[in-house]
Amino acid sequence: MNMTATATGLREQDAGTSQYLTFLLAGEEYGVNILKVKEIRGWEQPTLLPNTAEYVLGVINLRGMVVPVMDLRKRFGMQEIELGKTAVVVVVKVTHSGRERTIGLVVDAVSEVYNISEDMIMPSPDLGGTISDEYVKGLVTIQGKMIILLDIDYLINEGMLKDAESSQE
Amino acid sequence: MAVDLDMSQFHEIFFEESREGLEAMESGLLNLDVGVPDPEVVNNVFRAAHSIKGAAGTFGFNNISAFTHVLESILDDVRSRKRGVTQELVDVLLKSVDGLRYMLDCAKSGTKVDEDRIAAIQERLENLPVEEQPRPVGWQIRFVPKPHLLQTGNDPYRLFRELKTLGNLHITPDIGRIPAIDDQDFDPENCYLGWDLLLESDAGMEQIKEIFAWVEGDCDLDIKLSGERRQMVERRRRRDDDADTGQEITGKGQEQVSIRVNIEKIDTLINLVGELVISQSILSHAVTDHDQNQASRLKEIVELLERNTWELQEQAMRIRMQAIDITFQRLPRLVRDLCRSLDKQAELEISGGTTEVDKTVLEKITDPLVHLIRNAVDHGIEKPADRKVAGKSESGSIKISAAQEGGNIIIKIIDDGAGLDAGKILVKAREKGLIADGEDLSLEEIHNLIFLPGFTTAIQVSDVSGRGVGMDVVKRNINDLGGSIELESTQGKGSAFTIKLPLTLAIMDGQLVRIGKEILIIPVLAIVESLQIRKELLNAVAGKTEVYRFRDEYIPLIRLDKVYGITSDLKELTEGLLIVVDTGQQRVGLLADEILSQQQVVIKSLEANFQQISGLAGATVLGDGTVAMIIDVPGLMRHCKGITVASSAGNPAPLP
Repeated sequence: MNMTATATGLREQDAGTSQYLTFLLAGEEYGVNILKVKEIRGWEQPTLLPNTAEYVLGVINLRGMVVPVMDLRKRFGMQEIELGKTAVVVVVKVTHSGRERTIGLVVDAVSEVYNISEDMIMPSPDLGGTISDEYVKGLVTIQGKMIILLDIDYLINEGMLKDAESSQE
Repeated sequence: MAVDLDMSQFHEIFFEESREGLEAMESGLLNLDVGVPDPEVVNNVFRAAHSIKGAAGTFGFNNISAFTHVLESILDDVRSRKRGVTQELVDVLLKSVDGLRYMLDCAKSGTKVDEDRIAAIQERLENLPVEEQPRPVGWQIRFVPKPHLLQTGNDPYRLFRELKTLGNLHITPDIGRIPAIDDQDFDPENCYLGWDLLLESDAGMEQIKEIFAWVEGDCDLDIKLSGERRQMVERRRRRDDDADTGQEITGKGQEQVSIRVNIEKIDTLINLVGELVISQSILSHAVTDHDQNQASRLKEIVELLERNTWELQEQAMRIRMQAIDITFQRLPRLVRDLCRSLDKQAELEISGGTTEVDKTVLEKITDPLVHLIRNAVDHGIEKPADRKVAGKSESGSIKISAAQEGGNIIIKIIDDGAGLDAGKILVKAREKGLIADGEDLSLEEIHNLIFLPGFTTAIQVSDVSGRGVGMDVVKRNINDLGGSIELESTQGKGSAFTIKLPLTLAIMDGQLVRIGKEILIIPVLAIVESLQIRKELLNAVAGKTEVYRFRDEYIPLIRLDKVYGITSDLKELTEGLLIVVDTGQQRVGLLADEILSQQQVVIKSLEANFQQISGLAGATVLGDGTVAMIIDVPGLMRHCKGITVASSAGNPAPLP
């Protein structure tokens, strides 16, 4: 088990069981802690945001708030599809050094809500490639399916915002 | 863990309240007169210290609590007249306020307190010599009863007894009116005596008048303040007069009716109201499209809704506005400290403190104002002796005022000091190579040289000014806020700075332009002119940088589609429109496909949920609910320079 996963595990131990919202990306099922999810919206064409990383699709208006929308397929280097009516935006709230940000993630579709207890979560093996194992909190098997639980705070802060910053220069 | 969180929430409130308490103490101390202090001022300072002590103890900041305790007991002595107010006392107390502020900052940021620094202040506090407070002098009362007073059943003795309950009473009878014993008109039942009374008391005029209420009309009564007390009260009255007129003056610290609200809640509210405005405008559009006859009633309702929503938005925006006094309050201390360290005398006069500006503007204007006031004392006001020679009063005058004019706030800083020395400025500017030798400048142009980077005339780098941070920074800060600064100065008479700032950073007038499918917004304030492109005026420099001849100058042309990575619809450059903007440094032309309407836009930061993006000032939500980017005009040139450097190896954009 790597450091991040251990820390996360300890942090949430007292909660015992947490609920996870899962979504699909190219047939794979990913889960995020439901407490992080603010809302789920239908896909709409965002306004282009110049000079940013490719996976930053643009910004949308969320009740007067300007919220960036990121494409997880692009971020994970998966095959791109044309975003159509079935695509959804999962709006998540992430915190980083005391600051809260609201960010939209484009996914193929939302799937289920599962109760997952800490002891069900298995550490992820070294994944290599584009998705750093640091972004993965662990793997869970439910009804024979594997679900990849994401550490959404870490993924967005370290894996996207910092990344996007450097690509701007 | 949950408990910790709750405590930190209370800590926030404690820090906030203590900060306010310190400000109250500071302004109270600055108003404290040496000699006989105004009991109300002393009480205010004492109360503030007392609350900080109590709260610090509750939240376990024992060092703050212990330190405040020492401070409090000294203030208590002053309050109970065991200790007089000396200049030294005020100085040490002000130092203690600084010390407390430092400790609070440390507690807030979780850094360690430099114990020695605090111990040094505490030692000075503890070792302050006790100077006896001068005997309070009170009221001088001349009481001359009409002869029939005793017949009305009144007895002067009873009046004196009641006066005595207010304080020490010295009675001097006046027997001058007693007639000769053999006088025909002598009536033994008449009262021929008069009294001069001296009442040592801080009781108010009303209380004394009340005692004499029964004999009113049956006596000549003259109640006056005596000696020092009169001076003190007059001083207070003067201060109150200087304060904003039109307000009921009670002499007591005016309690502001306000509640503490988290700024996030307010911003959410403002966002929602903004959203309401958008829904409303969509509804308006829908109604216009409707069948005219059917819709007339509906239209009325929608119009009413429109008025109400706009009003609601305006009021919601006002929540963020704060009185500029918050910034102004710091200045008297600054002037006082500077005068002491520079051996100068100056009076700071503040007016218009109730003018309201957006919180963000307020936060960003503080440093420039402090800088300007510091300059006024350091460079402007002369030494008392020099002022006397120049035929001025020894004490200089600095006036700072704020007023609202339309959508702007105007801040003026006027001093009656030496003014700018044009000769010195010219020499300095030549020395620094800011102007060429033969260049002929008007007085105004010379004055404006001080706003150039790297300019400072202070011969020696002093502790006060001349740290290399100059007027250029002041000007830049103000420009960044979308404001401007102007200067007027007469040598020997003084200088006047006029700062013009937008009331709010949240709203601005925007010019919508279209490039391809995207809509961008250019701040109207920056626009000089919009024009159709004429091919013959277009030129290229080094084969790639395009310049356009605008009147008598060549201005660089920026293709917005290239800068922002948008596909333009333009087939011919001449189909496009050139919007000439002023970046503050120079003029540039921005090329767009089409110019759309102008409208007020609410500026939203991109940083809130993402990060700053070079070349953009933010985004806004348009009437149809979509997001549009706002161009950062001053930042655009910087951004373009970055791109040019990065892409200079690539192929130049071909000219059509």
